Amino acid sequence: MANKIKIATASLCGCFGCHMSLLDIDERLIDLVKLVEFDRSPFTDIKTIGDCDIGIIEGGVANAENVEVLREFRKQCKTLVAIGACAIDGGIPALRNGFTLKECLQESYVDGIGIDNPMIPSDPELPLLLNKVQPIQEVVKVDYFVPGCPPSADTIWTFLTELIEGKPISFTYGQIRYD
Amino acid sequence: MSTFQIFYLNGKPIPFKQGETIMDAALRAGEYIDHLCHHPEFRPHGSCRICMVELDGKSVSSCTQPAIANTQVDSSSDEMIEQRRSLLQMLFVEGNHICPGCEKSGDCQLQALAYQNKMLSPHFKHFFPKRALDASHPDVIIDFDRCILCELCVRASRDVDKKNIFCVDGRGINAKLIINSPGGKLGNSHFSADDKAAQICPVGAILPKHQGYDIPIGKRRYDQQPISEVDMDNQEKDQQK
Repeated sequence: MANKIKIATASLCGCFGCHMSLLDIDERLIDLVKLVEFDRSPFTDIKTIGDCDIGIIEGGVANAENVEVLREFRKQCKTLVAIGACAIDGGIPALRNGFTLKECLQESYVDGIGIDNPMIPSDPELPLLLNKVQPIQEVVKVDYFVPGCPPSADTIWTFLTELIEGKPISFTYGQIRYD
Repeated sequence: MSTFQIFYLNGKPIPFKQGETIMDAALRAGEYIDHLCHHPEFRPHGSCRICMVELDGKSVSSCTQPAIANTQVDSSSDEMIEQRRSLLQMLFVEGNHICPGCEKSGDCQLQALAYQNKMLSPHFKHFFPKRALDASHPDVIIDFDRCILCELCVRASRDVDKKNIFCVDGRGINAKLIINSPGGKLGNSHFSADDKAAQICPVGAILPKHQGYDIPIGKRRYDQQPISEVDMDNQEKDQQK
C-alpha cells in the first residue's frame, strides 16, 4: 500500500463528465487501483488533499473557490493534469465570457423566462463568481493536458498508464479530440 | 528539355512546372502540406502561415513561394511541426473556438490541423474577444467568434459570386470581417446559401442553418482520419471523376 501512487481529482467549473469518463474505463479500474490510491476526490469524498503524486483537474476556473482548490492541488501534487475542454480552454462555461457577469446574472435570475421571485443570489456562503471563466493553466502551472469533452475512457487509460509507467504520452489520432 | 523540373519535399522528388508554387506542385503530386487560407481554386493569400516550410533552410509560405529546381523543402521536421502548432495555438486563443459547442466540430480544418499536429492545449493566454453573432440571414449564420481571417469568403464572393459581400476591415489585432450591406448585416445583403462564399469557410464562422447535426459527431470528415489523408483521398476521387 505504501508504494501506491497517490491521485487526487477535483471538478471545478465542469459537468463531472470527465470523472464519468474516467469511471468508464470499466474493469480496468481494478488494474488501476492495484497501482494507485485515491486521495481527495469525488470518488472518495475526502474533503482535504494530502501530498499526492498526481492531481487531475476537470473544469475551468469560474469562482473564488475554484481558485482556492486549484492552488491547493498545485501545492500538494507533484504532477498536475488538466483533463477535458473546460480545464484546458474554459469549455462551454466560457461561453459566458462573451457577456459581462452582471448581464449573465441578470438574465439567469431576473429577466429569464419563468423566473419566480427574481433576485440575484447573494448568500455570503456562495463563492464569488469571477468576471471570466479561465482555463486552469492561466492560474497555475499545468504539467499535462488531456483534451476532449470528455476525453474517451481509452484516452484517459492511455494517459494514466503511460504516465504511471514513466513513458512519454503518445495519443493515437482518434484519441485527441476537442468535442 | 522537359517542361517539368524537380524539387524535393521531405526527401521525395516532386515535379513542377516553371512558376508553379510549392503547394500546388505538392498537392498535384498527392503530397499534403498543412494549410488553412489556401484553396486550389483561388489566388494564394499567404496570410495564415500554416503552410510554412523550409526551402533550403529558409522559411517560406509554400502557397506563395514558386518552386525552385533541385531545392530541398522540409515541412515535417520537429521545428516545423512545433512552429505550426504554435501558429494554431495562437489562432485558437485569438478567437472563441469552443469546439464542444460548435456545429462544425469534426468537419473543421482548424481543428483537424490541430489534431494532426498533436495540439493538446492552446498554451497561450486566451483573448476571449467579444464579437456579436449575425443570425439575420434566413439560411446562413455568421459566428465571428470563429473567424480566422483567411479571407476565403472575401475571395469567393468577389471572384466567383461577383457580389463583394465580405471585406476585412482594420489592421493587426483590430482586423475583423465585415459585411458590405446596409447596417452591416448579412440579412441585408444579396448573400445566398448557394454562393461559393457560403460553402468555403474552413472553420465554423459561416454556417448553413437547419442542418447542424445532420451528420452526428464522431462520423464527420476528420473524426477518424487526419486531414492530410482525407483531403488527398478526396482529391484523388475528384480526379477520377
